[in-house]
Amino acid sequence: MTNQSNEAYVFPHRHLLGLKDYSAEDLLHILDQTDKFLEILNRPIPKIPTLRDKTIVNLFYEDSTRTRISFEMAQKRMGADVVNFSSSSSSVSKGESLKDTIRNIESMKIDMVVTRHPSPGAAHFLSRCVDAAILNAGDGAHEHPTQALLDMYSMRRKIGRIDGLKVVIIGDIMHSRVVRSNIIGLTRLGAEVTVCGPRTMMPLFVDELGVSVSYDLEACLEWCDVAMALRIQLERQEGGLFPSQREYHERFGIKKRHLREFPNFTIMHPGPVNRGVELESEVADHPRAIILDQVTNGLAVRMAVLYLLSGGKRM
Amino acid sequence: MAQLLLSSEDLDRTCQRLAHQFVEPFDDPGSLAIIGMQTRGVDIARRINGYIKQFFSVDVPMGVLDTTFYRDDFRTRMKMPSVQVTDIPFDLFGRDLVLVDDVLYTGRTVRSAMDALMSFGRPSSVRFCCMVDRGHRELPVTADYVGIYVPTHLNEEIRVETNEQDGREAVFVVRKKEEPEA
Repeated sequence: MTNQSNEAYVFPHRHLLGLKDYSAEDLLHILDQTDKFLEILNRPIPKIPTLRDKTIVNLFYEDSTRTRISFEMAQKRMGADVVNFSSSSSSVSKGESLKDTIRNIESMKIDMVVTRHPSPGAAHFLSRCVDAAILNAGDGAHEHPTQALLDMYSMRRKIGRIDGLKVVIIGDIMHSRVVRSNIIGLTRLGAEVTVCGPRTMMPLFVDELGVSVSYDLEACLEWCDVAMALRIQLERQEGGLFPSQREYHERFGIKKRHLREFPNFTIMHPGPVNRGVELESEVADHPRAIILDQVTNGLAVRMAVLYLLSGGKRM
Repeated sequence: MAQLLLSSEDLDRTCQRLAHQFVEPFDDPGSLAIIGMQTRGVDIARRINGYIKQFFSVDVPMGVLDTTFYRDDFRTRMKMPSVQVTDIPFDLFGRDLVLVDDVLYTGRTVRSAMDALMSFGRPSSVRFCCMVDRGHRELPVTADYVGIYVPTHLNEEIRVETNEQDGREAVFVVRKKEEPEA
């Protein structure tokens, strides 16, 4: 499934707030462009000057080492000037509001903002406060669009298609922004999605998003082409949504024997993996797991998105 | 209104001539490599390379280059260019490269191509070949090999058509419509 033949297509977006605003054609265009950026990463000098006149602020109100590093590396590989902002070491700790913070930063003549915030809708709010292009790097439990794009790209690269692909997403469905963006993107491109996890972590009415719900991991693994295990956020589990990590692993962890019993599915995980919880350690290191490919693909996807949002006069 | 500059036969004959010119400077063309510039430059480069193989029994390695990332005008154009494939499957070090494009106009595409090439390594030399040189340079660039030199007006454009992209082969000069006065 490719979009490359459509020469008349013009990418219409100024921001990436969530995949909800993106059509199937937009998503395919990003995935097609990502191929070209992956090629750059394999060059002897993997650097291009495309964003050399752009200043980008990484505005992170929540810790996120790998997403921030991935964005920062993408920006630097494209020659942008990069400023990192973290709320803990800024005036936010003195009580400054999000709106005042971003307007102050914008006064320093910035072009793009990559933002992560614990509140759903923070990226949408920022897009109404400033003129800069806004990229959502995760807003609460709402959306994490670049993670979903890199997941979709990894699936297409590994299996060759998304249309008709059977994907099961396993874990804490309720609190995951990755799931939400993935459901929107995957179903829009024609994949079948099943969510699987403890009942305490399954939101009500999730089936209204166009997915099936299952509580039987092995039935899902037998059915699927791709099994995406989500990270259990151990730091958020003090509320006791499951009795113990051991019990979670027993019921919803992918184990070595599953690889033998169900020889076809590909394993994905957004990282970092809690070994022995979502995945048995040997599963995380197995050739059928494309977890490290996801990281590389994430860099290429973010370069593609930065490129597409960085310019051109809009029609 | 389109005026024919090169017919299919003319284009083919020009490619044969360029194949000879590419090889002429070398006693041993073993260091020669050809890079076609997306999109129609690639088609022309393939054609020339085919003739080099036919006339001299030499396999010259060929790559494909897209210069979009290195352009200085992509953000001022109305349409964001789609990035095309770059594929250079050999080491550039020590190579004598010939860069092939369909039309030489302002010189900005060639400049960006040379920037792009340097990301892949350090060739011994880089020469430039275009099928049509239409003048109006904005940068101090000249071609080492030219298919046809055509002085043009600014309100004309050169259209190179190839079998691979357009289903037929020819080179036309086309007069653009006059803009209505505001």
